[in-house]
Amino acid sequence: MEEARIDKKINIKGLHCPYTFVKSKIAVEDMETGQVLEILLDNEEAVINIPKSMEDHGQKVLKVEKINDTDWIIQVRKEKE
Amino acid sequence: MEFTDDQLQRYSRHIILPEVGGKGQKKILNAKVFIVGAGGLGCPVGYYLAAAGIGTIGMIDNDTVELSNLQRQIAHSTKTLGVHKVDSAKATFEALNPDVKVVGIKERINKGNIMDLIKDYDIVVDGSDNFPTRYLVNDACVLLKKPLVSGAILKFEGQVTTVLPGEGHCYRCLFEEMPPPGLVPSCQEAGVLGSVTGVVGALQATEVLKLVLGKGDVLKNTLLIYDALRTTFRRVKVPKNPACPVCGENPTIKELQDYDAEYCRM
Ligand SMILES: [Zn+2]
Repeated sequence: MEEARIDKKINIKGLHCPYTFVKSKIAVEDMETGQVLEILLDNEEAVINIPKSMEDHGQKVLKVEKINDTDWIIQVRKEKE
Repeated sequence: MEFTDDQLQRYSRHIILPEVGGKGQKKILNAKVFIVGAGGLGCPVGYYLAAAGIGTIGMIDNDTVELSNLQRQIAHSTKTLGVHKVDSAKATFEALNPDVKVVGIKERINKGNIMDLIKDYDIVVDGSDNFPTRYLVNDACVLLKKPLVSGAILKFEGQVTTVLPGEGHCYRCLFEEMPPPGLVPSCQEAGVLGSVTGVVGALQATEVLKLVLGKGDVLKNTLLIYDALRTTFRRVKVPKNPACPVCGENPTIKELQDYDAEYCRM
């Protein structure tokens, strides 16, 4: 699978719902359509909720991946304002 | 401007809404809203607008807090009896949300001061309790082309309408002239169920926030009537009147009139 070019990265480790999504949403709002955000997080609930909420808001989730014992990354492409 | 972490937490339930988001919340924080009256309607309107983070809230009222106000005027308290209502409300709203600046004016609104008072605000809310003020505020908003969210209550009934000058109806399209004194009972004679002011005030605050966000449909060309005893909401169509004396095709009211400002403490 081709790797997406990452335009912005945020680290929301240590945060809980709903601030995990609030932080991610604010980051997406500040980007241009077509750009990709990579979110680094360690909250398991948010790993399920953020992709669902992003899709509900019309954005495209490219990847959800566990990268070590505690952390995940989520990649989101901005599709709409 | 960038949100602080406190702001992200405070407004998180707004920011999560697709219709609001960070951009909408910034619009709210930059908005300036002027409220006529710090009484039964002004209190809940100001309370929710302050909680929402409206950046500047102007409020005019010349009265002081009395014990008989506290059955419905929720920004005031037993501790602020005798204090000017705008000072009491300012303390309540700024304690709720330090992002909000409240500008209190201890005067009666009249044809000499209204234009200057409202000219720098984005939206005007009428929470006054008498017909002369309601017509004064309507005419001033039409002349200045300011959006106006008007509310009224009596006994168990409330009314809300939103005037967008140039786009929809105005209060005079609905009722061209003031009713003669004595025809409609004043609230001093009639009473009001306190919680009804909260319902109407919350509806007015919601109209304001939708105007700020540019989302949804407001009560343009519409009068909403709430009957608390039957728990019904009725929408009445109010077409713009081409012969309206203030917003019609050939207006006869081109400057503010003499409005007989009889005050009744709502
Ligand atoms: Zn009119």
